[in-house]
Amino acid sequence: MSASSTRETPPVRWGLTLLALAFLALFLVAPLVAVLAEAFAKGWDAYVRALSGDDTWSSIRLTLIVAAISVPLNVAFGLAASWAVAKFDFSGKSLLVSLIELPFSVSPVISGLIYVLLFGLQGLLGPWLAENDLKVIFAVPGIVLATVFVTFPFVARELIPLMEEQGREEEEAALTLGASGLAAFWLVTLPNVRWGLLYGVLLCNARAMGEFGAVSVVSGHIRGLTNTMPLHVEILYNEYDFVGAFAVASLLAVLALVTLAVKSALEWWHRDELAAAGH
Amino acid sequence: MAVLALSLPRRAPSVIPGFGPTLGFTLAYLSLIVLLPLAALVIKAAGTTLEQWTAILSDPRVLSALGLSFGGALAAALINAVFGLLVAWVLVRYPFPGRRLVDAAIDLPFALPTAVAGIALTALYAPNGWLGRLLEPLGVKVAFTPLGVVVAMVFIGLPFVVRTVEPVLHDVDLELEEAAASLGADRLQTFLRVILPAVLPSLLTGFSLALARAVGEYGSVIFIAGNLPGVSEIAPLLIVTKLEQYDYVGATAIATVMLAISFTLLLAVNLLQKWRRAQMGG
Amino acid sequence: MIGFHEDEARSLLLAALFAVVLALGLAVLMPGAQAAESRTLLNVSYDPTRELYQALNESFIKQWKAMSGEDLKINQSHGGSGKQARSVIDGLEADVVTLALAYDIDAVADKARLLDGGWQKRLAYNSAPYTSTIVFLVRKGNPKQVKDWGDLVKPGVSVITPNPKTSGGARWNYLAAWGYALDRNDGDAAKAQDFVAALFRNVPVLDSGARGSTVTFAQRGLGDVLLAWENEAHLALKEFGSGFEIVTPSLSILAEPPVAVVDKVVDKRGTRAVAQAYLEFLYTPEAQEIIARNFYRPRDPEVVRKTAAAFAPVKLFTIDDVFGGWRKVQTEHFSDGGVFDRITAKK
Repeated sequence: MSASSTRETPPVRWGLTLLALAFLALFLVAPLVAVLAEAFAKGWDAYVRALSGDDTWSSIRLTLIVAAISVPLNVAFGLAASWAVAKFDFSGKSLLVSLIELPFSVSPVISGLIYVLLFGLQGLLGPWLAENDLKVIFAVPGIVLATVFVTFPFVARELIPLMEEQGREEEEAALTLGASGLAAFWLVTLPNVRWGLLYGVLLCNARAMGEFGAVSVVSGHIRGLTNTMPLHVEILYNEYDFVGAFAVASLLAVLALVTLAVKSALEWWHRDELAAAGH
Repeated sequence: MAVLALSLPRRAPSVIPGFGPTLGFTLAYLSLIVLLPLAALVIKAAGTTLEQWTAILSDPRVLSALGLSFGGALAAALINAVFGLLVAWVLVRYPFPGRRLVDAAIDLPFALPTAVAGIALTALYAPNGWLGRLLEPLGVKVAFTPLGVVVAMVFIGLPFVVRTVEPVLHDVDLELEEAAASLGADRLQTFLRVILPAVLPSLLTGFSLALARAVGEYGSVIFIAGNLPGVSEIAPLLIVTKLEQYDYVGATAIATVMLAISFTLLLAVNLLQKWRRAQMGG
Repeated sequence: MIGFHEDEARSLLLAALFAVVLALGLAVLMPGAQAAESRTLLNVSYDPTRELYQALNESFIKQWKAMSGEDLKINQSHGGSGKQARSVIDGLEADVVTLALAYDIDAVADKARLLDGGWQKRLAYNSAPYTSTIVFLVRKGNPKQVKDWGDLVKPGVSVITPNPKTSGGARWNYLAAWGYALDRNDGDAAKAQDFVAALFRNVPVLDSGARGSTVTFAQRGLGDVLLAWENEAHLALKEFGSGFEIVTPSLSILAEPPVAVVDKVVDKRGTRAVAQAYLEFLYTPEAQEIIARNFYRPRDPEVVRKTAAAFAPVKLFTIDDVFGGWRKVQTEHFSDGGVFDRITAKK
């Protein structure tokens, strides 16, 4: 009826749409295309050959191990933190939320540096670790810790606003009807936030596999032992093996795309539920 | 100590259980993973004398690196605020073919490793790259200049703005717009007077998140920046440089300054959101 | 009811804390980098030696197997020389370090006390089994007619070098230019400083490592001249094909990249014998020939004679003769507020 009063004229709409798409093409699509183009610059065979090196495989394995440890840890944390923040009122909440989000805006370089200062041979705990023959930095544990730090807020940040929005009435009703706290969580809260949770997990995982700056500081760059995929990309690039570097990079880019596709597909299949949940 | 004060909250009574364990777990994990290591940084920085601090922070090279990191991040966040709002608006209001695909692609910078993004952007914008070749005759140099730093920062910050603005735009009441229109406001006036005030808080949130993220960015920036001291050298690179010269004091001093600014930014954002909720609730 | 909830709360709290401790404990105790059973050596080296040590390791592993019957695996870590030394100082367990300049091994000795301050006397030739020098890589046909150091300060000549603060190779570049200017100006340090300052005004990009600079020059098409290790320049010709040529200046610096066994690490890991044998192997004719094939200048007089044709004759000066050693150079030129900071701040 009054649609015309809340709609722009078609030229304006198309103009704005094209402007937005042009911006995205320039800043999002072009880099992605560049990665794929370089990876396949010498054809499919060269691409496959580039991916078949032993060191490449060990970097893929290490990346998977690191993600497999750090993502579940942060999921457990995200659930606990969002429950505490969203379902209860307490003073200092803004401070707590800011601290949870802090790793987001800490430079990755600093994220690595703090673990060096803590666990390095010249650091606070370093001499003790060395005496007891424990290795943290320049080994897998340090890489895991740096990754956990960098991906720390992903799940919590996704869940906190979602749980806050959903309020407490449903859980309170369930508890009044005699459900235990855990039952209320499993049967009421979790189904309500599962899409947000999934989204958080996917992004957390993507970042865990793709972290460069922080991991670079604590890795030691030992070929075949402590190189994750992003570090291996840098190494290959520095060996003038551009096809190899971009081939490994393309795996990470494809991972990013698959992550996004899975997320979109799930949202699409469950759109009715989502609509019902008011999301 | 601040953490202990947190865990002894004055909270409103609630029938929902699990406050103790979840907050306990949250605080324990937060302390172990984030606060303890950051404390190591602060302890290290605390051992620095006042003279050392002034010497480090009055070094023109440090100042210009901090200036580039914060200035570049500010420029990038502004660009992202404008274009992020535009993208969010188009995605929410204008159905066009392939919209879902575009919507999904917004998260790409979250998911793409920064080093890969840096190498790809450099390949594109270098004087012999696809885009650099087109810009070169116009006298525009992107790669290896401060402009390149801004381009990389725009890339990594974009999703923050779009993702915070999108849900709010969804919720903007069409009836308000209709009312404005029936009162004789044209479309631009409606946008400026009705829509913009509604999305402004979330736009600010997105802006600050993009800013905070860009300030600390390393992986994608170092490839495309020229890294010239005083011209195109960012603060995180300076931290790395100082580390490689075994200058832990200098590295931790710069890191501490950046950390303090980032945390202040985030705290401001969260207080802003709290204020917004109070406004909307009241 | 309330009591039940508090019990539940307490047990959950304990469970949660237990989970955190367990997870972190697992993370800390997880088998680290050194868990492998067979004998391993870790060689922490600088950027341009990747191809060199790949070839040398293969040959040494065979020799060690024949000598001791032991299977040996040599792990390699490469990066900027300063960064690598920093990693070793912070606890990267390197059995041997093979870095770009003596100062970086001095730092490991001074700051972490992992080896003795007199390490450089332990092996022949200042513990440097190979040398190199700094040459120019220019585009095919040398369009800017760059023949010697003097041409680098001409207006319109764009020079690519890494950052001397982070790259060992770049420090050699800087010192070579300085030494040339001293030579031309009868030892006038002020004039040398002006010359180097003018040179760095022609530098549009400072990558943090030698490899980054080569990529910037060769792949991104920036600059007219790349200042590079001689071995890197030859490798770049091989990797990037025919678009480039090497120009050897009239005078350059004798770069001596040193090697050392890291005492504390080899004693802890029980690898002293093999680490020592590994470094001594570098001086054998077999290794020296591999070294020459990878465009590093060999030390062994016999191999030097055999491979002389591969290396352009150039007058070389040493850092000790002209600058009085690395420690002095480091404080004067490259420390914060040193000469390099001053000449780049004037831009």
